[in-house]
Amino acid sequence: MTTFIIRRLLLVPVLLFGVTVVIFGMMMLLSPTERSALYIRDFPKNEAALPGIIKQYGLDDPFYLQYWHWMVGRADPVSGERKGGILFGDFGFSRTASEPVVTLIKDRFPNTLDLTIWAVAPVILVGIWLGVQAAVHHNGIIDQAARIFSIVGTSFPTFVFGLLMLMLFYATLHWFQPGRLSDVNLRIISQPGFNHYTSLITFDALLNGRFDIFLDAIRHMVLPILTLSYISWATFLRVTRSSMLETLRMEYVTTARAKGLKESDVIYKHAQPNAMIPVVTLAGFQVISLLGGVVITETVFNYPGIGSAAARAAVSLDVVAVLGFALFDGLILIVANLIVDILYAVVDPRVRLS
Amino acid sequence: MTTAPSGDNSLLKDTISMRKIGWLERFLGPENYRITVGLLKTPASILGLVLIIFFVLIAIFAPLIIPPVDGADPYTIPRDGFISDPQPVGSAWKKNVPPVPFWYKAVTGKDAWVHVMGTSEGQYDIFYGVVWGTRTAFYTGLMVTIATLLMGVIYGAVSAYYGGWLDNVMMRIVDILLILPGILAALILAAVLTPKIGKSLIPTMTALIAFGWMSYSRIIRGDILSVKERDYIMAARVIGVKDSRILFRHILPNAIFPTLVLASLAIGDVVLSFAALSFLGIGTQVGYADWGQVLSFARNWITSLNTYWYIVVFPGITLILFVMGWNLLGDALRDVLDPRMRGRS
Repeated sequence: MTTFIIRRLLLVPVLLFGVTVVIFGMMMLLSPTERSALYIRDFPKNEAALPGIIKQYGLDDPFYLQYWHWMVGRADPVSGERKGGILFGDFGFSRTASEPVVTLIKDRFPNTLDLTIWAVAPVILVGIWLGVQAAVHHNGIIDQAARIFSIVGTSFPTFVFGLLMLMLFYATLHWFQPGRLSDVNLRIISQPGFNHYTSLITFDALLNGRFDIFLDAIRHMVLPILTLSYISWATFLRVTRSSMLETLRMEYVTTARAKGLKESDVIYKHAQPNAMIPVVTLAGFQVISLLGGVVITETVFNYPGIGSAAARAAVSLDVVAVLGFALFDGLILIVANLIVDILYAVVDPRVRLS
Repeated sequence: MTTAPSGDNSLLKDTISMRKIGWLERFLGPENYRITVGLLKTPASILGLVLIIFFVLIAIFAPLIIPPVDGADPYTIPRDGFISDPQPVGSAWKKNVPPVPFWYKAVTGKDAWVHVMGTSEGQYDIFYGVVWGTRTAFYTGLMVTIATLLMGVIYGAVSAYYGGWLDNVMMRIVDILLILPGILAALILAAVLTPKIGKSLIPTMTALIAFGWMSYSRIIRGDILSVKERDYIMAARVIGVKDSRILFRHILPNAIFPTLVLASLAIGDVVLSFAALSFLGIGTQVGYADWGQVLSFARNWITSLNTYWYIVVFPGITLILFVMGWNLLGDALRDVLDPRMRGRS
């Protein structure tokens, strides 16, 4: 186990290097002027100042030099102050938001995290439950329905499903709104009386004893969660079903039945735990991709998370900001992948032995 | 002709094949033939095929279904004025009216075009966008799939054939590229490329290609690793055939079929990603005949989607049916290719 973890940890710097090179490679597709947003806040309006800025920050240096400076930053010749440097947490400036990219991420990420926390249970548990039911009633009505559902589900574009949800539950029935909170509550949480313990709105609301704000926040998350669930249920269903079918054919299951165990014990106590191994990996990746911000779902529902921020920055061609988001996502994904791999090795001894 | 031994030979009957081997089977080989036939067996896969053929016909006959306005670019949706509010299904078409095709009067009983599916924000005709968008879908789907397939196959083939440290390095590169979620990575690259290339299909297509080839290289790598060890490859190597010739003439043709079929069915996914990106506003010019583009107009009207349902429903259903056609075929394919299903009918 220890060797497995060490081997896996040794891979992390390699992945970090690779991902940063890919992202910086895309950065180098920009012109030196556009790249100046890595170091300075304002777009140089004065044409004459441009060559000076490019020279000052070495924006036409060779790739490896610029990559190095992007990593560790460079000293401002006048003030001696360090500018840029992603290792020091400086991702450059977003032109459309006119603030540092890191500030943007700090504002947005809690919302994405909040959504992820509340979406995990419906996304994963219901999907698994559906898959088990389909396998247990193999070729029965439930199985056929599940199969049709999974094909229709994977064919349903997220944004079309989201728009249809909005059409039904917002425009027609007025049950759920898009966005993060109602305006009234947005004002309340920005006032001094409301303490931000965790920056996650649902938890802060509970800690402040404001149950109405908690409910409001949940209400705004219902449609995004439904959309996210719908598309992942199809995947979970398929994987759980086939894994469960395979397990149910194994001999130890026959033995369990032959011993005269109750059918429910055979299925839920003997078969299901072993059938869950591939599902665990899938669940891990699902959570990871939720954490990375779900670009389309967040955009459709106007939910102020990382994904919708990245999409907005991309559309307004604020590329330094987009690449900042990508970098942040890359870091999260590398760490989360590591955790999933280790958990997987804990669950399945075959992985760490191979 | 072979005769089966007499007696109780119900088991032998299955082993000794008495059936005739057709030209198609001879051409494709038994395994590839089994895959091809398996694809056309279930009602689901046949429905998928019917849907795809339906869209192919729409794409081919687009100029007959709704001809472009004279002198205008056929891939730009004609605008009936500049009012921002969408107009309902069946409202009269006043400006920029396309020529009336032969079928129109017989089917609708009207002499002049109306907005069959209504108009979207800025008076873009939805029906025109849906019909001509089919061409865009096939074009982008095919181009991206072919390009990703070529890149993936060459990359995976080289990696698998030479093996050793080169294989290791090349596959780590694939791992790195797979870390960023596909749609986000493509979104970023398309956003970087748009100012350089200008608004068109190219930035999004390039982005989808750049981040789409990795899975093919993994699949083909696995298949080649198994073919590579066979005796006839060893024989070729012994008589001194060049590496490139062994790889491209002896190994690839025997390993490529599953990848090829998988790729052809990925067109649905490509079209879905493409539509998602153009829904976000990346890529084509506003008003380009592209399903994602048509749907993106709905983003400004979510408060009144109960009135303007047609700006979501028609293009949405078109996109769903298109993707579903490919997925139905793909589902059948997964069953056929699954080695555990082999030998069962």
